[in-house]
Amino acid sequence: MKVLLSWLRDFAPDIDGDPEQLAEVLADLGLAVEELSPVGRGLEGIVIAEVLATRPHPDADRIHLVDVDAGDGEALQVCCGAFNMAVGDLVPLATVGTTMPNGIEIARRKMRGEWSNGMLCSGAEIGMGDDHEGILILEQGLSLGVPLAEALGIQPDVLFDLEVNPNRPDAMSVMGVARDLAARLGVPFSVAVPDVDETGTPAAERASVGIAAPDFCQRFGVRVLDNVPSGASPRWLANRLLAVGQRPINAVVDLSNYVMFELGQPNHTYDLDLVPGGELGVRMAHRGEELTTLDGTALALTTYDGVIVNRDDEAIGLAGVMGGASTEISADTRSVLLEAAWWDPMTIARTARRLGLRSEASARFERGADPEIIPMALDRFAELAAALGSTTAPGMIDATGNRPESAPVRVRPQRVNSILGTDLSTSEMTGLLEPIGFTCEKGGDSQDFNVTIPSWRLDSATEIDVIEEVGRLHGFSKIARTVPVTEQAGALTPQQQDRRRVRELLTGMGISEAMPLPFLAPGDLARAGLGDDGITVTNPLVAEESIMRTSLRPGLLKAVAYNAARRTTGVSLFEIGRVNPGGGGDLPDEGEHLAVILAGQEATAATMLWRRLARHLTVTRTGVVNGPVDGLHPGRSGRVLADGHPVGALGEIDPQVLDAYEIDERVAWLEVDLGALLDAERALAPYRAPSRYPSSDVDLAFTVSDDVSADEVSATIAEAGGELLASVALFDVFRSDQLGEGHRSLAFTLRFEAPDRTLNDAEVAQARQSCIDAVSNTHNASLRG
Amino acid sequence: MAEPEQLVVEAERQAAAATTLDELSAVRTALTGKRSPLVAARKALGDMEPDARKQAGQALNAAKASIDEILSAREAELAAAARTEQLAAERLDLTEVTEHPASGHLHVITQTWQELEDVFVGMGYRVAEGPEIESEWYNFGALNFPLGHPARDMYDTLYVDYGEPGTTLLRTHTSPVQARVMENQEPPIYVVAPGRCFRQDTADATHMPVFHQIEGLVVDRHTTLGDLAGTIEAFTAAYFGPGFSSRLRPSYFPFTEPSAEFDIQRPDGTWLELGGCGMVHPNVFKACGIDPEQWQGFAFGFGIDRLALIRFGIDDLRELWTNDIRFLGQF
Repeated sequence: MKVLLSWLRDFAPDIDGDPEQLAEVLADLGLAVEELSPVGRGLEGIVIAEVLATRPHPDADRIHLVDVDAGDGEALQVCCGAFNMAVGDLVPLATVGTTMPNGIEIARRKMRGEWSNGMLCSGAEIGMGDDHEGILILEQGLSLGVPLAEALGIQPDVLFDLEVNPNRPDAMSVMGVARDLAARLGVPFSVAVPDVDETGTPAAERASVGIAAPDFCQRFGVRVLDNVPSGASPRWLANRLLAVGQRPINAVVDLSNYVMFELGQPNHTYDLDLVPGGELGVRMAHRGEELTTLDGTALALTTYDGVIVNRDDEAIGLAGVMGGASTEISADTRSVLLEAAWWDPMTIARTARRLGLRSEASARFERGADPEIIPMALDRFAELAAALGSTTAPGMIDATGNRPESAPVRVRPQRVNSILGTDLSTSEMTGLLEPIGFTCEKGGDSQDFNVTIPSWRLDSATEIDVIEEVGRLHGFSKIARTVPVTEQAGALTPQQQDRRRVRELLTGMGISEAMPLPFLAPGDLARAGLGDDGITVTNPLVAEESIMRTSLRPGLLKAVAYNAARRTTGVSLFEIGRVNPGGGGDLPDEGEHLAVILAGQEATAATMLWRRLARHLTVTRTGVVNGPVDGLHPGRSGRVLADGHPVGALGEIDPQVLDAYEIDERVAWLEVDLGALLDAERALAPYRAPSRYPSSDVDLAFTVSDDVSADEVSATIAEAGGELLASVALFDVFRSDQLGEGHRSLAFTLRFEAPDRTLNDAEVAQARQSCIDAVSNTHNASLRG
Repeated sequence: MAEPEQLVVEAERQAAAATTLDELSAVRTALTGKRSPLVAARKALGDMEPDARKQAGQALNAAKASIDEILSAREAELAAAARTEQLAAERLDLTEVTEHPASGHLHVITQTWQELEDVFVGMGYRVAEGPEIESEWYNFGALNFPLGHPARDMYDTLYVDYGEPGTTLLRTHTSPVQARVMENQEPPIYVVAPGRCFRQDTADATHMPVFHQIEGLVVDRHTTLGDLAGTIEAFTAAYFGPGFSSRLRPSYFPFTEPSAEFDIQRPDGTWLELGGCGMVHPNVFKACGIDPEQWQGFAFGFGIDRLALIRFGIDDLRELWTNDIRFLGQF
């Protein structure tokens, strides 16, 4: 929402001060100033000039030579990069020595060998509109050599570009912004009542409105205007529109926009001759009904769209969004129906969004326009049009739909202070509310008061809304700052602490944390050797971001490939992130996984990592079970167990998958369900006092089938060794022809000790034999001699 | 038989000739061992007259003592030399090694996230979490965004194909965690909820379809807007450091009223627009089963990613997601 300081002063003449400070005040009122720019400054050296002749530049294609008369009757040569002017046009000339609003100084200089004695200006260069391309062509009749600002009546001004929140329908008008600002500054605010002379046949005899959708259209006001101007707007009005970024078109269109910006009420004009009998109606559209709009597009409507119809029930306008082509005013138009109506915000929002037709008008209706401003908006238009020769038929058609009654809001002063943390008196509160139109009445015996919400604040309906207004007008910055004290001890949950411990362990092992995008492309999971695509995103912007992941593997493989493609191999990365395996509850199942990828390393590196992780987290009954896992090397993969249950998989990425990712090194992989891992039973082994007596070591080597895992043998030994076995550790593995195909030797060191004595040879021998027997019997293994 | 003095002289000669501890050990055996002249002389004492024996014995003892001293001295000399030689041989260039394996690095988002958690934990908050795929109810409905409410358009929501169309989405903010916490926990509540959020956005230097937020929620008997402003200020001082301050500007969010944006002022006077906040809307309390006449509260939220960018001097959000080790390894 762009507002000019001068326009604000039409409502509150005493608004004054440094523009920067006014911007601060506006921000403190919740109207953040996105841009603050001077208007009509730096125009001192710019004068009106007439184009006398144009001719090509002898040495350049992109510029040409323009002779202009700047009032002295002499032809002055200027080089110009725009070609939109014709002989006889009046244009703004920045004379030599002028400093432009953007700071550039105009000097006499040669351009490719030709003198340029100044510069012809575009609208954007002098703060008149957004056009950067062409030179601004001025209206005929201006005196040559006269400064532009003087000729056009441009006053120095300040433009505020405000960010208006959805709960501020009032701030979508100059009047509303002025009201807020005046209230905060404590200066008078008033709205002049438009002065309308009425003449001719009463409007009610020339037009009518029937509302068949009374919830959608609460109010529909119409005035009939005759002798409407067909030419351009007055200069002052065009200047204002230009300054707020609205290109002037013709008087009728400009007046419509001007009234909308000023009072916040969008309005529409129909050529009365094209509306049979002047009869207008409002109804919801039929499904599939068609309407050709002002810009010539044919729209297909739904029953959720509201339309204006003529006597024959034909749609002639899309209510609140865009007018129709069939009743569009033209240069021949003499009489118009001027409409100002109130439409249901949600309906307008839905229609405008569905059709991609958001406009200044729909933005205002969406927030909720002021139904009470309708008569004034019609009158303001009539008043301005009268100055251009138009006449106004007596009376106004004021059709109404369902107008909800709004009851005053009961406000408890104690509640206001309790929410805001203030200590305001009731009169201080009402003193803040009254200037913005929230009228307050004493509510009986209690301290409470009743607030009537103004019609321009449809967002506001309850006590908390009023409390917000008190706080806003009081100023959030004036509220004393306190810090609430809680008896609760701040803490991370055990799981959150464990997550940090996992991260520290992994980074300590030289593994960096990656953050791949959680979205996948269709087929990414299959490419990583995993199953079908998971849950899909309904409305992704790109297909690459359309699949939710079921595993962290595709993302980390991509990360390794990315680094490999940049000549960094051997990358070790981990990720802790959410995955969505599917499920059938109210929401899809969502788990948190930990995955580690070790490029350039073999599967056993993943096992070592897993063992260290499990030990670090004191997970019980952990283990690794060899066996194929999707997408992993079938002979180098397995499941990991926590508390005896599978919680993930490890191994080496299948070479075929690596090929798909163009990765040329072995890649070890571990992925666990971190939630399940942390939820598994966790405990340290029962404490065992270090024995003060010497221990005895025994080395045993077995020939074991490849089907039997080292973990299984180790577990058997641990069990058979009983109380006396302090530790068992695998220290050597080898294969040979002697051992035979499918077999290998596993050598363990067993340490025996007792807490209360030195073990004698017989005891050690017996324990040793138990272990040998157990391994031999359980695993069909044989002790190597 | 050799005279004791001669034995001493001989010992001096041989000890000096020994150049290693092993040689010296051999010399010691030759001079004082069972077959040494010294021991032989001692054995010969038995055959002597008592007076002569006494005299000769004293001489031998003196010689023995001298020899031991000579050998010990030489031993110490050689040991010192051997130690010097060994240490010299063991010399290392301590710069020959590199950090191996190079230490891993926490992602900048995690580092920032944890720092923020720590600040709030220090202020007495707990850390809450919620699902990333969220229901329309928790993301919008419970937060006072009625169906069809235009404010829903402020969020470019990504939906997922799950359940009825439009019911399941990728959460657009961490605020649904507020609603979940309030449903599951009796006040007083002091929590923060960091988390990952999503929106329909094209990746560029300042936008990503995935981002991170941290949400704060306090519900207590007398929580005020002044408490909110004070909490933001306390957080600002704790996280950004001395010289930073904050301000609240009125704004609009459906789930808070009054609502505000909060900005951080840097020591140089410039402002950083950080996030949104406000007093929990009575409708949100009601949706979560809390009586708004009994309890009051505030909520705030802001982006983690931009803080990480500022803290580490990164100028493009996309860098966070490339997983280039040359990026990850810097922090």
